[in-house]
Amino acid sequence: MSLTSSLRPGGRHGLSSKESRDPIGLAVAALNRLAQSDVLDRIGLRKQTEQAVFTVTRGGFATATRASRAFSKRGRSGAPGERVAPAPKSGVFDLTPTEDEQMLVDVVTELADELVRPAAAEADEACAAPEAVLKAALEVGLPSLGVPEALGGISEERSAMAGTLVAEALARGDMGLAIAILAPGSVATAIALWGSEQQQQTYLPAFTGDGPGGEGVPAAALALNEPTVLFDVLRPSTTARRTDDGFVIDGVKGLVPRGAEAELFVVGAELEGNPVLLLVESSTPGLTVEADPAMGVRAASMTTLRLEGATVPADALLGAADGTTYAECVRLSRLAWCALAVGTGQAVLDYVTPYVKEREAFGEPIAHRQSVAFMVANIAIELQAMRLLTYKAASRAAQGKEFAREVALARKLCADKGMQIGLDGVQLLGGHGFVKEHPVERWYRDLRAIGVMEGTVLV
Amino acid sequence: MINLDDPKKFRALAGQAHQVAMNMLRPISRKYDQAEHAYPKELDMLAAMIDGLSESGAAEGAGAAGVRREEDEREAGGVRNGSNLASVMSIAEMCWGDVGLLLSMPRQGLGNSAIASVANEEQAKRFEGVWAGMAITEPGTGSDSANIKTTAVKDGDAYVLNGEKIFVTAGDRCDAVVVWATLDRDLGRAAIKSFVVPKGTPGMRVERLEHKLGIRSSDTATIIFEDCRVPAENLLGSPEIDTKQGFAGAMATFDNTRPLVASMAVGCARASLDLTRDLLEQAGVVVDYDRPAHTQSAAAARLLQMEADWEGARLLMLQAAWMADNRKPNSLEASMAKAKAGRVGSDITLGCVELAGSVGYREGELLEKWARDSKILDIFEGTQQIQQLIVARRVLGLTSAELR
Repeated sequence: MSLTSSLRPGGRHGLSSKESRDPIGLAVAALNRLAQSDVLDRIGLRKQTEQAVFTVTRGGFATATRASRAFSKRGRSGAPGERVAPAPKSGVFDLTPTEDEQMLVDVVTELADELVRPAAAEADEACAAPEAVLKAALEVGLPSLGVPEALGGISEERSAMAGTLVAEALARGDMGLAIAILAPGSVATAIALWGSEQQQQTYLPAFTGDGPGGEGVPAAALALNEPTVLFDVLRPSTTARRTDDGFVIDGVKGLVPRGAEAELFVVGAELEGNPVLLLVESSTPGLTVEADPAMGVRAASMTTLRLEGATVPADALLGAADGTTYAECVRLSRLAWCALAVGTGQAVLDYVTPYVKEREAFGEPIAHRQSVAFMVANIAIELQAMRLLTYKAASRAAQGKEFAREVALARKLCADKGMQIGLDGVQLLGGHGFVKEHPVERWYRDLRAIGVMEGTVLV
Repeated sequence: MINLDDPKKFRALAGQAHQVAMNMLRPISRKYDQAEHAYPKELDMLAAMIDGLSESGAAEGAGAAGVRREEDEREAGGVRNGSNLASVMSIAEMCWGDVGLLLSMPRQGLGNSAIASVANEEQAKRFEGVWAGMAITEPGTGSDSANIKTTAVKDGDAYVLNGEKIFVTAGDRCDAVVVWATLDRDLGRAAIKSFVVPKGTPGMRVERLEHKLGIRSSDTATIIFEDCRVPAENLLGSPEIDTKQGFAGAMATFDNTRPLVASMAVGCARASLDLTRDLLEQAGVVVDYDRPAHTQSAAAARLLQMEADWEGARLLMLQAAWMADNRKPNSLEASMAKAKAGRVGSDITLGCVELAGSVGYREGELLEKWARDSKILDIFEGTQQIQQLIVARRVLGLTSAELR
């Protein structure tokens, strides 16, 4: 990139394209550029070691995707895969989780308290999830939550409700780490829900720990986001073109969790006028991955995935080609994000409650003031409304009912009120909320993801 | 098993209530909004029909008196969907028809809920079929109901009541009024008791009716008590002044009535949403639930936001009622439901007027009426601010002395 082109305002440094530089401005900008020359040097250095060290803390750092393991093809191509039955339809209004769900929540809550929360601040800083946390989540069996028993998983019936409760419990520890933990399981659940016999038998053993060679559960990512203003997830600009023996994919997917280490992607693309999902192994030629750190959920090691003439076989198409699978995937993903918002909102409430009772001003705890107490009351009220909307959508999904409306309403409320909870969490701590000594500033950044993010996780 | 869809056993009941609201209340809705203090005589026949339904068991115990907490058989799995859920669902449907008329329904007064909540078996039986209003507020005392000045002095086998009560819903038309009065002003809230005072009791008179912003079909009365003798057995609950129990006895009513008021707001707001959605569709605006709100029109995005808030209020309402049905303490959840439904009710009904523009503002449609009716629901049975206070105290674990 030449120096002059980089001096043009618009699109960089937060400048709108309407800005123009006068001669003095140009001189100042050039000086600034020179002053940063040591930074340029370091970027030069980094280029040489790019395969060795990939760090997501620095944006704009591109490399090839990692080599995937050999997923050896098994099962009949095109034959329908194993499906779990929906949960039994219930006519009774009930807010009580099943015993199994409660047990799962208890285990995950312990994981969130003991491991996730203590690791959160450092993981946010490093833009990476610590190995120990990811390993512990694997031991609980989270990636196989949505995989049928017949395929080595733990799911006896549709697991959307259990998945929602798990995501909420994890996010109560930390949203970014929750995403890092849930990303592989989201891909496994997608394959369980929509995969053919061959897709299921080829990929799922790796996720349930039954894969050959004991390589462990692979990182994997559901890539639907694109770096576009007013992005409509149902109209991806990434395209898939049908060829004689498969598809060629071109496009850019943004905010892909753990993209640098992922061995398998589920990529959203437009095929013949409809949005579809495609399974893309990381060894596929034409893939590059670039660090894409964001405002929040940084522990999820967000990346941009570029697909340039990426060629995949005909059996890479996951589910229907008419857009129905894709739409269901989008809805289930939004459901997961709602659950994450509820968990993080609960973390805020749990944190500010003792704080406002201990912090004193004007000779008494600030909780004794209505202006403070009412903010806490509203957090509690809206959080419970978010939770109930999310549970309603989840229980309908689990029972195999239509849930497009319910998930849309849940997402709207979680986006609006979740962000308000994030804001109030910082406000209630005042200046102390603005510094990294307290986690509320991280939750503020994380909660902005709700309503922005698509894909990435699903239940 | 978590399931937040409407209870199957009450869908028929809600469907009936919807038909009644559509075919009985809506046709006379504007008429009694304009004829403010006229008695909606159509309601007598409706009340008779509802009594008939109750006797046949088809109403599932729904209605203002449906908040009584009785031991009853449970559903499979030990979870009960009972008369509290039936009540909020059917009252929401009726208020989709007309809030003011629902409040004017004979034998469905908030006083009936109070009797159902705190009366003993003998009293519950004796006052069955009585249409009871509720008299708490006084000219100088609104939200701080512990501060009421109406006195009750024991005299032989009766209490003598003195004081002025305002804002008594259905105060003119009802058969009796549940009156809050203090046995001893020095003993504070513990000394406040409620009394059932039948109409025609000497010393009690309806002084005047209010002219109001909304729910104009409902009569709102000022009632004066001058040396009004009430039989001692009409005192609801225990006559003892238990300073430890404090206000809890009288206040328990609110845990039961707040979900009902939430259901009124939910019903009224849905009337606005239903009509506005239809009007917008005719104007070519259809909400697409799958597409992001900001890629749709501003009107569609606003409708989506209002519907999301509405669904939140409705689920909080169902939660509070479900907890009452399952005998779980629900004071916190009842106040959450009332707070959310109250503010959402105003936001939605006003937002719908705005979206429908002059069509919404003129009297040709009912949107402007619903925007007037909804406001009271964020005020009576505890204002928005009182609900927030209750929620805050519960969540923060603070006493009323610490968080005032």
